[in-house]
Amino acid sequence: MSTGTTTTGAGATTGANDNYLTCDRGIRSWLLTLDHKRIGLMYMVVILASFFLGGLFAVLLRTELINPGPTLLAEEERAWDFYNHMFTLHGAVMVFMFIIPGIPAILGNFVLPLMLGARDVAFPRLNLMSFYLWLIGGAFFVWVLLSGVIEVWLGIDLPGGGGLDTGWTFYTPYSTTTSSAVVPALLGAFTLGFSSILTGVNFIASIHMLRPEGMRWFRMPLMLWALYGTSVIQVLATPVLGITLLLLVAERVLGVGIFDPSLGGDPVLFQHFFWFYSHPAVYIMILPAMGIISELISVFSRKHIFGYKFIAFSSIAIALLGFLVWGHHMFTSGQSALANAIFSLLTFSVSIPSAIKVFNWLATLYRGSIWLATPLLYALGFILLFALGGLTGLFLGALATDIHFHDTYFIVAHFHYVMMGSTLFAFIGGMYYWWPKMFGKMYSELWGRISAVVVFIGFNLTFFVQFVAGSQGMPRRYANYADAYTVYHQISTIGSYVLAVGLVMVGFNWLHALVRGRTAPANPWGGNTLEWHCPSPPPHHNFSRPQRVGDPYEFRRWRFDPEIDGYVRVEGDPVAPAPEPAPAGTTDS
Amino acid sequence: MTTGGASETGRPPHLAHHFESSSQQVETGKLGMWIFLSTEILMFGGLFCAYSVYRANHPDIFFYGHQYLDTMLGAVNTVVLIASSLTMAWAVRCAQLGKQRGLVGFLALTLVGGAGFMGIKAVEYTHKWHTGKWVGTANMYHPAKADGSMAPPKTEADPAGAEPAGPPSGAEAASQPFAPPPDRSQVLMPSTGPSGMVALEPSPALEPKAAEHVELEDLPPAERERVHIFFQIYFMMTGLHGLHVLIGMGLLAWLLVRAARGVFGPRYYAPVDCVGLYWHLVDLIWIFLFPLLYLIH
Repeated sequence: MSTGTTTTGAGATTGANDNYLTCDRGIRSWLLTLDHKRIGLMYMVVILASFFLGGLFAVLLRTELINPGPTLLAEEERAWDFYNHMFTLHGAVMVFMFIIPGIPAILGNFVLPLMLGARDVAFPRLNLMSFYLWLIGGAFFVWVLLSGVIEVWLGIDLPGGGGLDTGWTFYTPYSTTTSSAVVPALLGAFTLGFSSILTGVNFIASIHMLRPEGMRWFRMPLMLWALYGTSVIQVLATPVLGITLLLLVAERVLGVGIFDPSLGGDPVLFQHFFWFYSHPAVYIMILPAMGIISELISVFSRKHIFGYKFIAFSSIAIALLGFLVWGHHMFTSGQSALANAIFSLLTFSVSIPSAIKVFNWLATLYRGSIWLATPLLYALGFILLFALGGLTGLFLGALATDIHFHDTYFIVAHFHYVMMGSTLFAFIGGMYYWWPKMFGKMYSELWGRISAVVVFIGFNLTFFVQFVAGSQGMPRRYANYADAYTVYHQISTIGSYVLAVGLVMVGFNWLHALVRGRTAPANPWGGNTLEWHCPSPPPHHNFSRPQRVGDPYEFRRWRFDPEIDGYVRVEGDPVAPAPEPAPAGTTDS
Repeated sequence: MTTGGASETGRPPHLAHHFESSSQQVETGKLGMWIFLSTEILMFGGLFCAYSVYRANHPDIFFYGHQYLDTMLGAVNTVVLIASSLTMAWAVRCAQLGKQRGLVGFLALTLVGGAGFMGIKAVEYTHKWHTGKWVGTANMYHPAKADGSMAPPKTEADPAGAEPAGPPSGAEAASQPFAPPPDRSQVLMPSTGPSGMVALEPSPALEPKAAEHVELEDLPPAERERVHIFFQIYFMMTGLHGLHVLIGMGLLAWLLVRAARGVFGPRYYAPVDCVGLYWHLVDLIWIFLFPLLYLIH
């Protein structure tokens, strides 16, 4: 009844100096930590910093586009050059340093071992190494990109600068001929990829080997299925990017010519290699987001997730099918008609598991006891935006329409709907959801909801109009445009300001929670995955004894206690004919 | 999975805090290693893919180019590497059985095998350097060399004293380096290309007699400027492989030092096991590289 039996698993309520944030002090205890939670937080700091940088340049890009002709810089040539460097920075930083690592490295690192009832990931030292690889690669990458922007802006030369103006895709033959600093940027991206691989290896091994007693594969929280699928892609696709980038380095440094048509090479081979990684990478971005959404939808509708196995298998199906569709980026690159048709067909087939997920989420919501908390607002936003992004993806997967939409703002809008509207929304929702667990502090629910609405409006204002502009023929990556497109660009730019304001509100809410937030209970949402079974913030070693696991979505085990404003475990066995009660007897093994 | 409840007391010193038993830790380590090895295979997979594409599209340049590789040295290297895999496996067995001297000895032998491989590789590479068949623009068939500033040096090592002239039509390519060769576009209309890659005009098959030995003049003119691609792929593949051998040698040296200190034994040999897996993979990749590059016919 009372708080005496609030927490289970780890035992007592949070001791003052017991949690992972306070158990050790000093900068060394952070920089050399092997604790997955601290590594997750360190990732959070640097990845959010990258997101800020990428976002800043997104706003600058939109500002440049507010009118035709040069806007930010007076002289045309420099303005165009500036724009090229800026959009490369925005794209490359957002892709390689925010969306790809974002959810796995921050939330995955923090939550995965907790969800497994484990004390750490399988290879804690490898985890720290992967963080430092990220840091080295990221610092290198950012410096190259940022210095280029600064050089063009101020007309100076910076040491080790040079910038990058190829776009994030490094397409040959431009990337082998441009005078910007392609090689350092490639090495930075390579190092970031290495970090991504090691995280993937770590997660796969953790999920295979560290599951507690009773957690069979189909007892895993769906977040773990999603992270598993993500890790499979990270492990299998990233090395191909690695060799591609190395070949491109060889191309520039040695003049190897494998991708250079004037030397007998094949530039389309580069595109094949690049998209063999970078299309699966799209699923590295979206799969963990889907995992978060599966958790959020179920918890905040107080209802068992609908179609567990379908969601689980669809994660794996997306991971595997994602490897077979890279050619749809190259419909206009001179592939054969047969290859185009096959890739188009396969592309459509990926929409099936994606749609399965969406329908299962909707079915979970149906007749649920919906609690419109901030995380759920983001989850609902995700479903809507993902549906829009996914459905417009079908336009692009269809051969005939793709010829028209290729390299227009339609593409830009499409992938921002799936990457930003979906992944970013899920990421923010997940951050809100786990914030109390990470820091033991509650955020302001009111401001959380207001900012969610602002972000949603800003996002749609920015990007929906780009579908229209793109279908009217506005090409992507152009710094200048015909007057006819002005109105679209202006709406989009204003939307980007609204979006930026919304995101600043989100960040402020998080920071405010750290300073002023009220203490969070162990289980503010009534979730039944294992991370809610330990105190907030978790102790250094997570769990003092091995966990026993039942159904992760059995919410009848938890009852709201207004005294602590959180959920407490119901004693005894509230789930009479439960699918999986956890009395002292065996569950399964 | 092992059952829970492994007590905190009496934990072996090598057992990390988040594992319940040594066997769980060892199994996890090996699983991690296998996953990592799969990434290595995919990394090389990119190169094998590039190889396949170019060999399928330009079989002649591969046949022509491979004549300049020394099959004997390649074969010896294959034997050396396979032998070192044997000694590696033996070292793992010694570690499992606690045979300290055997472990140190076999690790040392494996290291010697790796060094021998790299030594022979160095001989081959040096020869390539001296005969102008080096990587990148230092390759005499490279179109950028077509100005004749670097006439291909003739050495007796070249089979039949082949003296390939500078690649024809390279001068045009060099003068306008990024334009496709003037005679045709590289990118055909989708409807005319074969499935997959950029369609290139099928090169006329070599005369049967030429299959014995091919001179540069036997190649179709359009193919001559691509001969360097064979060497580029050769250097990329063997270079990346050599890098892996060097990394493996570093790991072996690290194992050797620790083994000499008596760290490993029947209760703790996971690092030996994992490095062993890595070494076998490196060996395996060479077993594919050797026939693909040296034994073309």
